[in-house]
Amino acid sequence: MEYLQGTYRVTKIRPGCMCDYTIACPDIAAISKAGQFVHIRVPGFTLRRPISICEVDRQAGTLRILFDIRGEGTKVLAQTKEGDLLDVMGPLGNGFELLDADKKAIVVGGGIGVPPMLETAKSYGKNATAILGFRSSDKIVLTDDFTAQGSRVMLCTDDGSAGHHGLVTDLLKQRFEEELPDIVYACGPKIMLKFVAQMCAQHGVRCQVSLEERMACGVGACLGCATPIRQEDGSVTYLHVCKNGPVFDAERVVFDD
Amino acid sequence: MTNLKVNIAGVELKNPVITASGCFGFGREYECMYPLSRLGGISLKGMTFQEKLGNPPPRIAETPSGMLNSVGLQNPGVEHFLQYDMPYLSQQDTVKIANIAGSCVEDYCALAERLSESEIDMFELNISCPNVKQGGAAFGTSCENASHIVREVRKYAKKPMIVKLSPNVTDIASIAQAVEAEGADAVSLINTLLGMRIDINTRRPILHNNVGGLSGPAIFPVAVRMVWQVANRVKIPVIGMGGIEKWQDAIEMMMAGANAIQIGAAMFYNPKAPIEVIDGMEQWLKDNGIKDINEIVGTVKPW
Repeated sequence: MEYLQGTYRVTKIRPGCMCDYTIACPDIAAISKAGQFVHIRVPGFTLRRPISICEVDRQAGTLRILFDIRGEGTKVLAQTKEGDLLDVMGPLGNGFELLDADKKAIVVGGGIGVPPMLETAKSYGKNATAILGFRSSDKIVLTDDFTAQGSRVMLCTDDGSAGHHGLVTDLLKQRFEEELPDIVYACGPKIMLKFVAQMCAQHGVRCQVSLEERMACGVGACLGCATPIRQEDGSVTYLHVCKNGPVFDAERVVFDD
Repeated sequence: MTNLKVNIAGVELKNPVITASGCFGFGREYECMYPLSRLGGISLKGMTFQEKLGNPPPRIAETPSGMLNSVGLQNPGVEHFLQYDMPYLSQQDTVKIANIAGSCVEDYCALAERLSESEIDMFELNISCPNVKQGGAAFGTSCENASHIVREVRKYAKKPMIVKLSPNVTDIASIAQAVEAEGADAVSLINTLLGMRIDINTRRPILHNNVGGLSGPAIFPVAVRMVWQVANRVKIPVIGMGGIEKWQDAIEMMMAGANAIQIGAAMFYNPKAPIEVIDGMEQWLKDNGIKDINEIVGTVKPW
């Protein structure tokens, strides 16, 4: 495996309801792929925070990450200002398996699962549909970015304050009725992933999901971030989100554990 | 020339810094950070004779200045290790310490016998894992049990044997003395302290195993105290660990009586911690005109 670790400068912070940082890290950006993550040190905390890569700009030598304040660690991280240095390890994990750009893809993101779908959808241009779900209209991020790179955006919110009032799976069903894609990528709450995976299985559509788990080392050394995965012989083992994932083929993921 | 070499039970380490078991896998995951040959030694991920799946997630919980884990000795089993990991490790110029565990004495013996034929340099007998239901710490929390397992495994272990001690006991020094009497070549301490966190919204423990082992800087003072107590009561070498994150901690641990040290949780936030500790210790020795690191061992001057 190949990753780097060092201090890198945050060059841009975009306004919005999530923390939206651009980090100048040309050596990491040069080898980063959609679906991988970076592991960021938070001063005063034992565990780094794994944050998925939202966009890779190899020419500019930057990565873009988005995260929500979820606890004490991300609260500290959210105080970062433009020009500050962050201790970053990355890229870590295996990214999404991307097909040829002329294939049709659907990316499904729920809440903080939306950011990694931007880089994933990028390689498909107009052949990507982004089904994006948020709690409410004030939690919406990145929809303009998806549109700008050619993706068709289908939006929903839990409370109906923007887009479809309901679940991403409602929109996925609607899209499947129009046309079945070659692949579906999904990231979001596990319950959402479960239903997306079920719908894909019913329609015979390939599906990859990105999982989350409490994580320590980030590189596969401590075996902390275990997740149950079905093996080819049908038995279930514990693989690790940081090294074997975070992306797994949906049919192998054990959602009810 | 400053000497950083230490000798633990007849095995020479190029420096006293060992990566702690369970925090460094079988080494490969960190080879892109620095050559493993920089390390004094690697205490490998805890191994059992048969493959072990470990505990259900969540296995990790953050705590003030530390963390809890309940991995539960997940490992691929000894044959898989010998086939896929030992060939790689054999090429690394560092001391390879196999951390061995099991659910019964026979398991430990079989594992020690099998690994005695390999290029492993030393054993670290894990009688202190708090995260498995059978075996683990049950062997390390009474003098009788600790004596028994060390006596039995000693018959099969053809390499120097370190015994890793649990801090979850009333008197760790008496356990150290008990294993010394049965032929332990060294002791390492401390393993993690048993802890627990609860999510107040769900009223569920954060760890699926309910309880887990506390590590990180939070436990450093406890580790220093226990190393000091043990070093005063045994003649065999002591390997100190528990919350070491920087070179000053390593020096302090050695002054408490440790002949070598291990670094664990610190690598999660600073993967280069072992290298920074080695370099920092060497510089400190130079700055203080000390030619040999062994000169500082146990030099604390108690009041």
